[in-house]
Amino acid sequence: MATTQKRSAKQTALYPLDWLEERSGIVGGVRYFLFRKVPGDTDWWQTLGSATLTAFLVQLVTGVILAMYYKPDVNSAHASVEHITNDVWGGWLLRGMHRWGASVFIILLFMHMGRVFLFGAYKYPRELNWIVGVLILATALFEGLTGYLLPFDETAYWATVVAININGTAPFVGPYLATILRGGAEIGPDTLARFYSLHMLLVPGALIGLIGLHLYLVVRLGVTSPPWSRTAADLDLDPKPPPTRSGMVTPAPRPTGVRRRPSE
Amino acid sequence: MEERNGDDRPQLPPPSLWPVGFAVGIVCLLVGLIVSWYVAAVGAGLALVFGFLWARDVATGRGATAAPSDEEVAATDGEPPLRESEPAEQFPRSKFLEGATLGLGALIGAIVTLPVAAAALVPGFVKQKAKKVDLGPLSNFEEGQYYVATFERNAEEGHISRMSAFIRNNGDLNGTPSFTCISNRCVHLGCPVQSGGPVFDDRKKTVKSDEGEIDLIPALPAAGFICPCHGGAYDQEGNRIAGPPVRALNRFDFSIVDGRLVLGNMYSVAEVEGSGKSAKIVKYELAGPGQHVDGPEAWLYPAQPPH
Repeated sequence: MATTQKRSAKQTALYPLDWLEERSGIVGGVRYFLFRKVPGDTDWWQTLGSATLTAFLVQLVTGVILAMYYKPDVNSAHASVEHITNDVWGGWLLRGMHRWGASVFIILLFMHMGRVFLFGAYKYPRELNWIVGVLILATALFEGLTGYLLPFDETAYWATVVAININGTAPFVGPYLATILRGGAEIGPDTLARFYSLHMLLVPGALIGLIGLHLYLVVRLGVTSPPWSRTAADLDLDPKPPPTRSGMVTPAPRPTGVRRRPSE
Repeated sequence: MEERNGDDRPQLPPPSLWPVGFAVGIVCLLVGLIVSWYVAAVGAGLALVFGFLWARDVATGRGATAAPSDEEVAATDGEPPLRESEPAEQFPRSKFLEGATLGLGALIGAIVTLPVAAAALVPGFVKQKAKKVDLGPLSNFEEGQYYVATFERNAEEGHISRMSAFIRNNGDLNGTPSFTCISNRCVHLGCPVQSGGPVFDDRKKTVKSDEGEIDLIPALPAAGFICPCHGGAYDQEGNRIAGPPVRALNRFDFSIVDGRLVLGNMYSVAEVEGSGKSAKIVKYELAGPGQHVDGPEAWLYPAQPPH
């Protein structure tokens, strides 16, 4: 009796999910994404990718809130940033999270890239995901460039002058690239609004699309084992158990067959 | 259709000559950008044709062997061929509908996208005529003395268009006053260069003109002009003497209107010969910082967007 009640209560609680699943299949999809199989020897280093994703989500959320207070106008941009920092409740923290979070995002991107390189995880059949990752890196750096102008203080202004002029020295297309970035022959009133639009609409949109593609490929192709993986190298097929540390120094014996692949 | 390759056998594309033609086309295109638009057009055409052939080869497996006909494809897809005996339609209706849908979609997409892209890109390239700036009566400029003139280049844009120039009255040349008007933008990467010597703020004059207020501060750039960002150094004529800049500082055209000094457009200079009113200057079209205007490197910047 009690178990029946318990079961029906559970069914009632889960009914909305069932309803959703029956009409969209989305619950199964999320379940597949979250509970897919990964190699048993997946390493802590392989959490860098999701750490990067988390940093990006922080940028998205804090950026949206900052946009509620920021004014992309040459005469009031800097004042509005000061307003966010000094007057808006918690604004100093919000802006700090966005500002320092940007650096965290880029640093994590490079660490994730280094991990993929050192693990050899870019090799066949994952080359395309490496290419998408490089595009994400370039897009993220462009996001950094466009965001740097927005506080509109002396540092921001002159750093952007220099950055645009560096682009201008590219052969053939450089002068045109610089004009497109500035929206004119000189940095003017349009440049700030242009960078703001790029920074908060175009480039994040591109990043979201690229990250979606990146994740799709990760799920489709699966996670790589670390290069030292004995399982992936088929070294664990002999009955001899792998050395396992128990305590600090002495390896202790371990029951056989524990580190077999599930398929065997 | 081909058997699928296993994970351990990456697919190799079949050997093909088309990529060579494609590469030649791209080279023609790039060379054409420097030499002539006709060569560029021919290169673009070559690249398009060979690119198409290449893509077709890759898509169909191999150009030499005939692409599988519709019936073969249908057979391998596991569907029983329905009208095996009948001759295939020469212009199938489904093909037409497919093409029409894609074509119309592309047309609609272009109609929407082109004006949007144009609105994003074109405004930067038009209405670039820089306004003239009246720096006030000539009597404010003592002969042989450098002044740092700070002004708004465009009164409508306001403070953001503020810029500075180093102005020196060189005295009369053949009966007309001669001035040296050097832009303060470093031609390395565009930072503001500073006077390498004292700037006499206490002798600052403010001149009112149609362009608003103009600050004139006497300066003694004994060591020339120095850029704070990356250490570019120029002499008093704006010639590069040290650091990363690739040419001499930009200059302004100037004219004398009713006894007042009026700055015109900027132009670029490779190197100034001589000094003061006897200086020999070859004008180049205004180029961005870091871009060569003479010598072989100038070929890297064949055309400048309108300024």
